[in-house]
Amino acid sequence: MNGELIRLENIVKTFGNLKVLDEIDLTIHENEFVTLLGPSGCGKTTLLRIIGGFEQPDAGKIIFGGKDITAVPPNRRPINTVFQKYSLFSHMNVEENISFGPKIAGKSADYIRDKVKYALKLVNLDGYEKNDVTKLSGGQQQRIAIARAIVNEPKVLLLDEPLSALDLKLRRAMRNELVRINRETGITFVFVTHDQEEALSMSDTIVVMNQGYIQQVGTPEKIYNEPENAFVADFIGDSNIIDGVMVRDKLVRIFGREYPCVDVGFPPECPVDVQIRPEDITLAAPQKNSLNGVVTKVVFWGMSYDITVSAGGFDWLVQSIHGREVGEKVSVHLDPQNIQIMSKPQSEDEEAVQNV
Amino acid sequence: MFRSVGIRNLFLAPFCIWAGVFIFVPLIFIAWYGVTNADGNFSLENLEMIFQTEFFRSLEVSVILALVSTIVCLILAYPLCLILVERAKSAGLIITLLFVLPLWMNTLLSTMAWQTILEKNGILNQLLRFFSLPDFTLINTSAAVVIGMIYNYLPYMVLPLYVALSKIDLSVIEAAKDLGASTWKTFYKIILPLSLPGAISGVTMVFIPALTTFAISALLGGGKLLLIGNVIEQEFTFEYDWHLGSALSIVLMIFIVVNMIITLAFDNSHEETSD
Amino acid sequence: MAKLKTIYLAIIFLFLYAPIGVLIAQSFNESRYRGNWTGFTLKWYESLFENEDILNALSNTISIGFFSALIATIFALITCLALREVGKKWRAMFMSAANVPILNADIVTGISLMLLFLGLGMKLGYGSILLAHVVFNVPYVMLCIMPQLIALDKSFYEAALDLGASPFKAFTSVVLPELRPSIFAGFLLAFTMSADDFIITYFTRGAGVDTLPTAIYSQLKLGIHPEMYALSTLVFFTILIFVILFAMNRKKI
Repeated sequence: MNGELIRLENIVKTFGNLKVLDEIDLTIHENEFVTLLGPSGCGKTTLLRIIGGFEQPDAGKIIFGGKDITAVPPNRRPINTVFQKYSLFSHMNVEENISFGPKIAGKSADYIRDKVKYALKLVNLDGYEKNDVTKLSGGQQQRIAIARAIVNEPKVLLLDEPLSALDLKLRRAMRNELVRINRETGITFVFVTHDQEEALSMSDTIVVMNQGYIQQVGTPEKIYNEPENAFVADFIGDSNIIDGVMVRDKLVRIFGREYPCVDVGFPPECPVDVQIRPEDITLAAPQKNSLNGVVTKVVFWGMSYDITVSAGGFDWLVQSIHGREVGEKVSVHLDPQNIQIMSKPQSEDEEAVQNV
Repeated sequence: MFRSVGIRNLFLAPFCIWAGVFIFVPLIFIAWYGVTNADGNFSLENLEMIFQTEFFRSLEVSVILALVSTIVCLILAYPLCLILVERAKSAGLIITLLFVLPLWMNTLLSTMAWQTILEKNGILNQLLRFFSLPDFTLINTSAAVVIGMIYNYLPYMVLPLYVALSKIDLSVIEAAKDLGASTWKTFYKIILPLSLPGAISGVTMVFIPALTTFAISALLGGGKLLLIGNVIEQEFTFEYDWHLGSALSIVLMIFIVVNMIITLAFDNSHEETSD
Repeated sequence: MAKLKTIYLAIIFLFLYAPIGVLIAQSFNESRYRGNWTGFTLKWYESLFENEDILNALSNTISIGFFSALIATIFALITCLALREVGKKWRAMFMSAANVPILNADIVTGISLMLLFLGLGMKLGYGSILLAHVVFNVPYVMLCIMPQLIALDKSFYEAALDLGASPFKAFTSVVLPELRPSIFAGFLLAFTMSADDFIITYFTRGAGVDTLPTAIYSQLKLGIHPEMYALSTLVFFTILIFVILFAMNRKKI
């Protein structure tokens, strides 16, 4: 991991009676691609706007490169933003839009011309200098917005759901583009999205947020495979989340049956949330001494089937490349590696945080 | 767009002072003059004057003529706007410009031109005579005044109505027809309710100036037809009885306020959700 | 049906343009009495440029129109910027207050302003007309600017700040240009309203100061000077040309 670039300390923000951010602490590193992920209203955009300087936190500090920049206005922060609706200046052409920042910084005409050229090349739009921004497609406007921000050589680029207005195919292409630009320029990206697929496929680090709290910070693999609580497990991908009780280390009891697992460190008889990913469940013919059930629903998705199995009084969601018939009797099998144990919320307050 | 509420209020302050001095204080002046007599003492005698026959008659005529003009404008404007909206795509710009252009002609002069058209040996009668039809002299009648009002204020009905009608999604009308509504039913079940806010503001914008004009009646009524506006104008410019003039203005304002309340009530029920 | 609609349109346009045709015809009429055609002449167009009263009234109309529209536009812009940031309820209240001069009868506005000016000991004249015109022009410009300002995404302004512009620079280089169409429309509407206003000017003018509408009104009893028809015809065609040019280039504005 590279050196620390931004440190948020104890950030609090309320709008009226609504606490949007509650004591947020977060460290962002140089060259990192960080994604703030959460449902709408979780505070991720507000956090981004606080980093950008468009909102003032009620309490807390923003440390940038060791200096407190909490009171610095947005025009004096070495941070640039790609806005959700791009916010290109419609009365200027592409070149004028991109050169807006360098011109204000008082750069020479030669420098600006080279920079605009470089930025347009970076976003694969060379030769578009004189185009009317209002006549560009959504994807092209998006690229110009990125070019306009990057040309200022910011330390950090903030992106507020920049892909949400694009169609599916373009969105996929832009994901790769953004990661490439992040690698090529070495600029730290802070990316806000509610789309878990975007977060998983692009980020170095994902920050999962809900109701003004950070739920978990980690790499995409860690967030997906080892969610720390039911909210994260449920929000990222599909999950079966079941009430369980820890018998002892590496043994959990669900539906009265004991299953080996890999988690340790819970006290005996401690109630826990057990998470199992649908693709980690295997189905087989009914057997003695295993969890038997019946298929109640099958949905074909192209690459796989979503199969609902009613077993042990619980509707299990199973993903499989093999189809099953509704009414078919099956047994449900779990691999110890794939059983993720999560602690239950300790207090009502925490409960509120975790259950949307 | 302001970093603090203080700066915002600094921008708002000039307007507050302005509105106080040039909008509300002048109205207080009128109210003051209306409820005092020439000696400066409080008195309701000027307000009571409105019940005198001649003034009451003027008010009555003004209300009737303004109502007739408003209704005729509304009846003329609906089909006109529907046609304009329908043709907006093919020839919209030209038609709209043709419609807006007369607004830049001085209204006093073009109202005067109606004299030339409507008088005894005017253009209308010469045309009628050419076709061996009997004369039809309108000048100096209330009909001439109504024509003048319609001519002057029709655009104020057309503009809001046109805007309201052009906002109606065409697919809504097609949906109504698809569900079996006749043209007439589509009009009064769909188009009419959806364009009602435009019609209401059009009615206000025609009724108030028609009720309070004094120029049109002076030009086309031949000085015989005294509207309430003419009476007020005379009190200020010939009789120099500002107290009576102000009292009559207060009576006029009662009509305006009632009209505003009705309009506001409609505005609130059609509050836009965007913002 | 389509034919019926065309006929209806034609009748309405005939109604709208008949008086204008009459005025244009009169400007070429040899006789100085209206309705009495004695022959074609251009003499009124010549004498127009020697008629100082009319030329004075014209220059008053144009300068009052221009300055009242300019002041009203600046004033309305400042107010709208502040109103954008207040709550919806307060904004509606302020807008209703601003609209009083539009909703009120012209005669009441005119008289009330006259009483105010005299009450303040002001001399009626050019200044009082200008002030009165600003009063009724402000709400017209606000009605033009406010909707576009509300619709203007805040992120335009924020984007400019983000790119390093100071708040003032962000306003002049981004917000103002984005608002240009509505500011322009507001100015034009205000100028038109001012140039065509008769009633409010009539009550707030002093002796010896005339705009075109009040000059016309004072000529009514003795008969309109035919130069006035010539002037109106010229104005009409000037605007016609502007409108055509505008229609041809309207994308640029």
